[in-house]
Amino acid sequence: MQPWDVTSSIRNLQIPIRFLKSQSSIPKKKKKANKMPGNIMRVCWRPPRVSDRQAQQLGRQTRQTRCWRRAFSGSTRRPLMATAGFTSTQLTVRDAIAQICSRFPNSYWRERDLSEQDPTDFHAALAKDGWLGIALPEELGGAGLGIAEATIMMQTIAESGAGIAGAQSIHANVYATQPLARFGTAHQLESTIPNIISGRWRVCFGVTEPDAGLDTLRLSTTAVKQHGRSYKVTGKKIWITCAQVAAKMILLARTTPLEKVEKPSEGLSLFCIDLDRSHPGLEMRRIKKMGGRAVDANQVFFDDYPIPADALVGEEGQGFKIILHGMNAERCLLAGEALGLGYAALGKATAYAKERTVFQRPIGMNQGVAHPLAEAYMRLEAAKLATYHAARLFDDSRTDSSIRPDAVGVACNSAKYLAAEAAFDACERAVLAHGGMGYAVDYDVERYFRESLVPRIAPVSREMILNYISEKVLQLPRSY
Amino acid sequence: MSALRILVPIKRVIDYAVKPRVNKAQTGVETAGVKHSMNPFDELSVEESVRIREKKSAPGGVEDICVISAGPTKAQDILRTAMAMGADRAIHVEVKEGEDLEPLSVAKLLKTAVEQQKSNLVILGKQSIDDDANQTGQMLAGLLGWPQATQASKVEFGEGDTVSVTREVDGGAETLKAKLPMIITTDLRLNEPRYASLPNIMKAKKKPLEKKTLADFGITAERRLKVLKVTEPPTRQGGGKVDDVDGLISKLKEMGAI
Repeated sequence: MQPWDVTSSIRNLQIPIRFLKSQSSIPKKKKKANKMPGNIMRVCWRPPRVSDRQAQQLGRQTRQTRCWRRAFSGSTRRPLMATAGFTSTQLTVRDAIAQICSRFPNSYWRERDLSEQDPTDFHAALAKDGWLGIALPEELGGAGLGIAEATIMMQTIAESGAGIAGAQSIHANVYATQPLARFGTAHQLESTIPNIISGRWRVCFGVTEPDAGLDTLRLSTTAVKQHGRSYKVTGKKIWITCAQVAAKMILLARTTPLEKVEKPSEGLSLFCIDLDRSHPGLEMRRIKKMGGRAVDANQVFFDDYPIPADALVGEEGQGFKIILHGMNAERCLLAGEALGLGYAALGKATAYAKERTVFQRPIGMNQGVAHPLAEAYMRLEAAKLATYHAARLFDDSRTDSSIRPDAVGVACNSAKYLAAEAAFDACERAVLAHGGMGYAVDYDVERYFRESLVPRIAPVSREMILNYISEKVLQLPRSY
Repeated sequence: MSALRILVPIKRVIDYAVKPRVNKAQTGVETAGVKHSMNPFDELSVEESVRIREKKSAPGGVEDICVISAGPTKAQDILRTAMAMGADRAIHVEVKEGEDLEPLSVAKLLKTAVEQQKSNLVILGKQSIDDDANQTGQMLAGLLGWPQATQASKVEFGEGDTVSVTREVDGGAETLKAKLPMIITTDLRLNEPRYASLPNIMKAKKKPLEKKTLADFGITAERRLKVLKVTEPPTRQGGGKVDDVDGLISKLKEMGAI
């Protein structure tokens, strides 16, 4: 245990929660005076909640999580993000998710990142309270809310300190199930969706291939029909998140060879398949990676792996069109996750800048430290507006036919781009504001920084978004 | 035993984790733009009511759990929260922002509500954390002429409409027994309020929320008390450090404390 943890845990016992909060806003010298309990009631308000005990078992706790640990339900931290303009449902989602996440503090995610262990209990906690069904239809046990609500859920998860790792542990369950819910047969829906919502089955999304990254239409995994009864899958997939823990995969594979179709977007089919790891035709290899280490990312190899014919989702050959429905949603969710990460980093950096004293004054008093953080805040706020604009457009487009599909695509891609850049910016500045401590694992910002590369790269690169905007909006000639 | 019709009065207050600040005019604390939530003690009341139903601890069963709140339009948020936790329906009594009711007015309002809703058990927080009056439950019991058990840490049901309530007192635990109808006020150790699950949050949107005014209860927002001034407490002076127990003892002796 580190020295700062010892003192902090003592403080935690003795000082009313609201004083812990105020401490960070004053220079060190005055601290003593403010440590006195001002209102005894506040001290008494700590009933032995299970959540407290659980959190303690998780080991060391950081300042931030201590500050908003609860004696009662209700999130207790004042986050940096301005919440004007959100609907009451969105704010309810944000509050409720923050409550669940408060049981999984930064120390939990730090430990998972080091041990590379899947956060199964986090996934289970969200599943238990029905959150995985947030954007799935009510008839199937979901909540029937939109992508805007799902986005704020993902943002809140990332913002709690769970980062991209926490978000990715449930990410595919939220968006990859969208095409399934829309195009699946009644039997497929009834047999899979309730199990996914309850958390019994986890889902991964199998599109990307080593030889066909952004060029999705050239993917070479094939599903060959066997006498009309079943398919056999052969090929390789890469960057498949959560494949090790998933029971199901939403798989995109070619059912008609590229040479035999009129347009390359045809001949691809979508399947919802079981992952039977004991079958010799299925192999997974975990990829060592830079960040988000708690969740596994994999190479998945299929070799004559049999799947039943009824695993097909929608019509054969129409897989690409179907999957596009999930992609804009994914952009929104990922933008939300990036924002959450950025606000989390900025929160850490500002707390540190208020607290850390050099030359007898808090470093945040220096404009060289303050201004980059102020700028990061403005960028995050701007990206937030773009993100929730895109999410709203996506949701409205389902009922409002005047919203053109490419307008949704432009908004979702722009949001992903802007949020990823703003988050990266905030994380980098957070590390720098911490000075040497920014490089230490215990301060969490290095973990955020490593993870902030993910939304810049995935699910589509910055350059491809710029290409897309150049071509679709500016109508410039395509370069590739 | 009669089936329970539980009335749970709840209040929207500044979130317990927010540090309240006195407003510029020194007439009260700043509420604009401050996070509000359900009074924590009221969460305990809602939770307890729902648990009585779920655990079937009352022999006659629970027929109805009705939450009621008097406050600005925003108070509907906490009513929805209570319904997401498991209350059946809600009543919102519109009171303009800044026109806060005093405990006696609230008790009078609740008396009428109890009569209208035919409640036979009222479970309410022992106090709300904004003005910490700790009066409403007691006044309501007085107005109704019902037995009261305040600061409950345990509620159990017996035969023939009897209810045993354990409350923590200085010397240990005190157990009171009374017959329905009665008033119970909740204290911290009673239970641990649940998180509302997403399906329940969605269901709560469809549960009935009745809107009423003070006039429906024959009440006006008149005040008997006048707030003269609200100020921040003086800044505390820092203490000194002693090296060891002997140092502490001699310091205490020096101060004449022992």
